[in-house]
Amino acid sequence: MNASVFFLALRRMRAPLIVLIVIYALSTLGLTLIPGIDAQGQPAPPMSFFHAFYFVSYTASTIGFGELPVAFSEAQRMWVSVVIFLSVIGWSYSIISLLSLVQDKGFQQVLLTAGFVRRVKQLGEPFYILCGCGETGLLIARALDREGIRVVAIERSEARIQELELEDFAADILALCADAAQPQQLLMAGLEHRSCRGVLAITDDDSANLAVAIASRLINPRLMVVARVASPAIERNMMSFGTHYVVNHFEKFADYLAQAIHSPNWFRLVDLLTGLPGQEVPERHDPPPGDWIVCGYGRFGQAVVRNLTRQGVRLTVIEPDSSLPINVHHIVGHGTEAEPLRQAGIETAVGIVAGGDSDTNNLSIAMTAKEVNPDLFVVVRQNRVANQVLFDAYDADFTMVPSRIVARECLALITSPLLARFLGLVRSWPEERAAAVCRQLEDLCGQRVPLVWGVRLNAADAPAVHRLLMMEQATMALGVLRRDPAAHQESLPLLPLLLVRDGRDHELPVDEMMLQPGDQLLFAGTRVAKAAQNLSLDNRNALDYVLTGRDAQGWLWRLLSQSGKAAARDTTRP
Amino acid sequence: MNLEKVVFGFFIVLAATLNFGFFIGEIDEPRHHHIYELFAAIVVNLIATVLKFGDRTQIGAVHLSTSLVADLQLVAAACVWAIAVHVTGEGMSADVTTSVVSLSGGALFANVVSVILLIAETVMLRR
Repeated sequence: MNASVFFLALRRMRAPLIVLIVIYALSTLGLTLIPGIDAQGQPAPPMSFFHAFYFVSYTASTIGFGELPVAFSEAQRMWVSVVIFLSVIGWSYSIISLLSLVQDKGFQQVLLTAGFVRRVKQLGEPFYILCGCGETGLLIARALDREGIRVVAIERSEARIQELELEDFAADILALCADAAQPQQLLMAGLEHRSCRGVLAITDDDSANLAVAIASRLINPRLMVVARVASPAIERNMMSFGTHYVVNHFEKFADYLAQAIHSPNWFRLVDLLTGLPGQEVPERHDPPPGDWIVCGYGRFGQAVVRNLTRQGVRLTVIEPDSSLPINVHHIVGHGTEAEPLRQAGIETAVGIVAGGDSDTNNLSIAMTAKEVNPDLFVVVRQNRVANQVLFDAYDADFTMVPSRIVARECLALITSPLLARFLGLVRSWPEERAAAVCRQLEDLCGQRVPLVWGVRLNAADAPAVHRLLMMEQATMALGVLRRDPAAHQESLPLLPLLLVRDGRDHELPVDEMMLQPGDQLLFAGTRVAKAAQNLSLDNRNALDYVLTGRDAQGWLWRLLSQSGKAAARDTTRP
Repeated sequence: MNLEKVVFGFFIVLAATLNFGFFIGEIDEPRHHHIYELFAAIVVNLIATVLKFGDRTQIGAVHLSTSLVADLQLVAAACVWAIAVHVTGEGMSADVTTSVVSLSGGALFANVVSVILLIAETVMLRR
């Protein structure tokens, strides 16, 4: 137990302890003053301190040996009755205080915190600190848990912590009920721990995320810091002091939407690669180019307008507030009514974005618009995961769920840092190339979102390959890593996306490419393929098998087969 | 004025004075060292110790440790007395009295340190 818990307990037990001491002292003192009686009935001197203390000790603890060392006088018996009641009261008071202390919320919190700190200290494997365990946090925690990465969570709401404890995680998740904006709590969660890899600040409060990001940068600059943010001002603030990744879900979604209108295949590839692995591949909806209508000009609406305008899409905004910038084509009114929609040209428009902060209003906008123009491409913003049922029932062409977007971004950053680099490169690809990769991925993984993973050819991540390349100076082509270590002529369902060597990128490397130690590779494929590839990266025998197609032999077997061959040679000789 | 501080100061000083009262006198003369005074010193010292529980400051920690030392010494003195009088039957001879009183002298020193700490704490407090 932590020292502070011990001291807290002692502090709370002060009054009962003093009461006990006083009662014992009074009882003992009384017995040393009251005259006794000897065996003949003659008055005898009072008990000595030693005998009195002995008697009080066994009486007060209700052991009750009787009157020792000699029978008591009447006066002594009177005093002893008082002593018995006093001591019972004293002990009851102490025990009640102790019990109430144990049940006390503050004390339990201290105990829990002490346990949490101890368990964080004992963590030996890499972990991430997750600040905020709302809808987004839960998604990330689940996915990281499936990847086998430990998570330490800080969450302000107790109800959420309890929800977290009910979840079925493979590894125990360490959760602390505290305000992550306090640096002290971050330290308790292991900010300075040597196994801590990064901090994810994804509470729904921008200023709390800012506080977490600053604290992490100052206290442990080595950590990767990912922060979620909604306001552009705070985003700039965070970037200014070197937060590694800032995820602005409004901006991200608007950017994707604009890119999807401009180059649908690029977006399809992004969708496949950044989806939550193992889930069904999302249905393909390509937003059409043409005139668009945006309902609501909040932070999301502004982001959409900015990004779509950049792609040269013509836009009309419907917003009750009449003080919009002059360059935005604007109808004053509510998108939930048919009239403003008609004014905005709904009959000729190709798409509509319902981007208010109320889920019911957004659905209402979408339904009204679809009634007027059934061919409309509908993009709906979903604010709360709890409303998923409604959005499933409506089945919009495109639904924007902030928590999903943030979770996907964070996961991609943690599990495959090369992915962001690859997606950046893909932006400049021609449409056909992206389409070809999409088709390949869909063929490989069936109807599931592929898993994306990075491999570094070093001694820690790929010991067998590293040894082969470094120590034995052997050469090895990339194609070897695509073969199945169970049957080497079969190829695994995976696709190499990127090879980074000395800071230079090789997109979609071919199988014949020779590998070098220190290469960083990015693959996409099924979970099974990843496990199989891991085997050849780690295990020398499996690697030999995929290289040569022959099973590795043990020392004894090799000896036997050699002597067998020699014998066979001898017998064939005339 | 804070009642808690009054009680705290009271018990610390009382522990020291009672201890001093028992200690003062010819070291081997049982008549100068009354056993009731030792009893009172032990009880007051125990109470003072409990009052010092739960203070996490540096000075609080030193306070607590001096009190624990005094308790230890006084209880040792009481044990010597109990063994001499009740176990060996030697009674309060000059030798026994000397060892009891010298043990309580050690406790007195710890109590004096405690009082000095109390004074230092008060002087440092400029309010």
